[in-house]
Amino acid sequence: MNQTASLDLPLPACNPWLAHSVTIDRITPEVAGVSTYHLRFVDPEAARNYRFRPGQFNMLYLPGVGESAISLSADPRGHVTWAHTVRTAGNVTQTLAKLGVGGSLGLRGPFGSCWPLDQAMGKDLILVAGGIGLPPLRPVIYEIAARRDEFASVAVLYGARTPDTLLYQAEYDAWRKAGIDLHLTADMSGAGWNGAVGVVPLLLDRLPLADAARTQVWMCGPEVMLKYTVKSALRRGIPAGNLWLSMERNMQCAIGLCGHCQLGPEFVCRNGPVFPWNRMAPYLDVKGL
Amino acid sequence: MTAKPRLAVFKFASCDGCQLSLLDCEDELLAVAGAVEIVHFAEATSRMEPGPYDIVLVEGSITTPDDAARIQDVRANARFLMTIGACATAGGIQSLRNWADHQEFLQAVYARPEYISSLATSTAIADHVPVDFELRGCPISRQQLLEVLVALIDGRKPQTPGHGVCLDCKRRGSVCITVARGVPCMGPLTQSGCGAICPAFDRGCYGCFGPAPQVQPRSLTGHLLEQGAPPRQLVQLLRNFNGFAPEFRGESERLISQQET
Amino acid sequence: MPPWFLEKACLQDLLERLRDRGYAVIGPTISQEAICYDEIHTIDELPRGWTDVQQAGRYRLQRRADESLFGYVVGPHSWKRYLFPPQATLMTADRTDGGWSMQAPVEVPPRYAFLGVRACELAAIRIQDKVFLEGPYVDLVYQARRERCFVVAVNCTQAASTCFCTSMNTGPRCQAGFDLALTELPTGFLVECGSDAGSELLASLPVREPSAEELTAAESAREQAVHQIQRLMDTTNIREDLLTNLNHPRWQEAGERCLSCTNCTMVCPTCFCSSVNEVADLGADHVRRERVWDSCFNLDFSTMNGTPVRNNVASRYRQWLTHKLASWHDQFGSSGCVGCGRCITWCPVGIDLTEEVAAIRGDVR
Repeated sequence: MNQTASLDLPLPACNPWLAHSVTIDRITPEVAGVSTYHLRFVDPEAARNYRFRPGQFNMLYLPGVGESAISLSADPRGHVTWAHTVRTAGNVTQTLAKLGVGGSLGLRGPFGSCWPLDQAMGKDLILVAGGIGLPPLRPVIYEIAARRDEFASVAVLYGARTPDTLLYQAEYDAWRKAGIDLHLTADMSGAGWNGAVGVVPLLLDRLPLADAARTQVWMCGPEVMLKYTVKSALRRGIPAGNLWLSMERNMQCAIGLCGHCQLGPEFVCRNGPVFPWNRMAPYLDVKGL
Repeated sequence: MTAKPRLAVFKFASCDGCQLSLLDCEDELLAVAGAVEIVHFAEATSRMEPGPYDIVLVEGSITTPDDAARIQDVRANARFLMTIGACATAGGIQSLRNWADHQEFLQAVYARPEYISSLATSTAIADHVPVDFELRGCPISRQQLLEVLVALIDGRKPQTPGHGVCLDCKRRGSVCITVARGVPCMGPLTQSGCGAICPAFDRGCYGCFGPAPQVQPRSLTGHLLEQGAPPRQLVQLLRNFNGFAPEFRGESERLISQQET
Repeated sequence: MPPWFLEKACLQDLLERLRDRGYAVIGPTISQEAICYDEIHTIDELPRGWTDVQQAGRYRLQRRADESLFGYVVGPHSWKRYLFPPQATLMTADRTDGGWSMQAPVEVPPRYAFLGVRACELAAIRIQDKVFLEGPYVDLVYQARRERCFVVAVNCTQAASTCFCTSMNTGPRCQAGFDLALTELPTGFLVECGSDAGSELLASLPVREPSAEELTAAESAREQAVHQIQRLMDTTNIREDLLTNLNHPRWQEAGERCLSCTNCTMVCPTCFCSSVNEVADLGADHVRRERVWDSCFNLDFSTMNGTPVRNNVASRYRQWLTHKLASWHDQFGSSGCVGCGRCITWCPVGIDLTEEVAAIRGDVR
């Protein structure tokens, strides 16, 4: 049975291939090679109708260059601009990086499944992210901060290669103030770093758990991080059914019709990117699937 | 605003067909000329400015000691060096000499062979200097050339197709001539770029765009041999404009050594 | 509804009545030494007196002893070419003063009448309906063509060595999914009606009631196709057997023979993978997003962050076969294979999926 709630998800208007025109309202440089783009719809009607759930993504379109699937890292309660934190890597993101404020591009979305917030209400929640894996979880953090009472303990375990590549550092105080227990680590230490050194799953190894059976773990990051986070969670007695992950594949159409992002029986774009770990487990260890 | 990139075109052993593709761009040529400064292009202009150059297109293979030295000089003056065409990327049709007796050719063709200074082999540019990008084809596709130039000017990665000729045949509705008529065809081994012209005109693919990624020539030749194709025909099929490309070369040499044993 | 009988000479009336109704009739015709699907205007363009002889990696036309119009099996083309065209424009973007104007293409979709659709091909269209029309998103290009098309099916009266529709429960008898279905006899056609559009058209044709002999002859002609099918694919538990054997050594072995040339996926009537190209002028002021057929056999198809996920031929062969025969069940509730045998015939090195499946499952049992 499909565990991701897909029926009530926001779907784009009738022609899923037609991009909306958006402009860059603001650019926040985050760390080297990573910026957050705040996008605004040109058509106010489209802006009014646009809704997304934490975990979903948009296709950003640079005419003449192509599209790229980028997770929404905005506050889902926002109604003016929609933020995407983007690492400059391929052609689309390189071209995007050259557009300044006021630059124009296309947007299709939102697409994909979302984090199961409803299932986490009243429970302990641990968000685990590595590197550029934090942006798809940031809308969850905003959502939780706004509805903090509805959850039991909430921890964010986040790591990056070096301390200076940790994203959203300016927001950490606000998250902590909102009652989120933030633990940071870096693979390699750096000047002035007093935090933990080591990979992210080690943070989970050490995190005290009030009640493993009532703990949810949601994770996003490189596949190797997901693998070891799952191992750690299972070792700590967290039930397999409580583990959720956000997967990455070559998403092109975003609507399950082009075939590129298949992983076993899943269209990652349409059935994912957020999956219960149970559904991914048979396929994650198969090479070249 | 930075200055326009300086573009130069250099020719080695070749027929000039690939550099003519640039002139063949017609409508787009003016736009190209507007986006770059063409400072060295013997086919198009008598203007010959010295380096260094931002973008260098190299056509042709290395077949003489002089050219072997000259390509070093070209490389030293090139910020981005791109080879264009089968000669520059794989040695071209003239690399057939690599399997023959070069001295014997000289004696047969020239009255005074001692005046001729040439190498025993025709080799790709990449065998002599580092190459930043290889544009395949005999001749190259002008659309691909434009795409690479535009991408370079925009500072992004060129988007050239990574699939084989068979896909293009199927998209255009050509019936497979190997399956329906038993005609040996290089299509399953060859990179796309021409739009699958030859099979649409009842001819097997000549492999003009060189080996597709991760090709397995041995499986195809094995099947064609089983179907009764003579090994010599398959060797000739492999030894065309890209015959010295490693994947094609390896298979033709294997077929020959198999025959000899 | 009982069947009717149409004299052979009156098949031309069927073509003309379809054209009267604004349909372009696409039917079998000899082209490039094969029986292809193309627009036809008269029944003289049909492959009268020809058949096809097929085996793994080989297809040849051959003269028949009779004057049958539909005395062949299936050729290199499938109806997919018309419903899910190899190239289609999805969107255009034009630079304006303030940014981009993005528009859906304005298209008058063609009205096709397909003549000579086999049972396995009806099943393939049904499968693509499921993919393109019945999921959370509808493919508008497919939908526009599919909704307007008229289907004249033809029952097979013979089979090729590559056919295995009986294993896939898709044929050879046309059961549903057509407007009209024909069974060819030496003197004419038995005509069955499958829809209102079909009965409306039938009413305009000079049909009569068939004789008992004609009914029997049609039945035995159809039975002949059933008896000729020799190839089998055991589909019992096939999904589990394939998905629990993703590391079977046979994948590696098949990967050494497979050319990764994409031919099987291109001729497959259900394969639907595609990519979008940006077609732009040099200044990139006018851009067209063009969807083209693509294939999971291409190295760059799975590329993620600059690296292909399926970085060898074996992994791509495994992806195709497991998708077609196993994970298609999870995605669309049926197999993706209809047993038409095209992938066997049109593989340039004659790889036979039924053999590969048997080899993998042989070890399982």
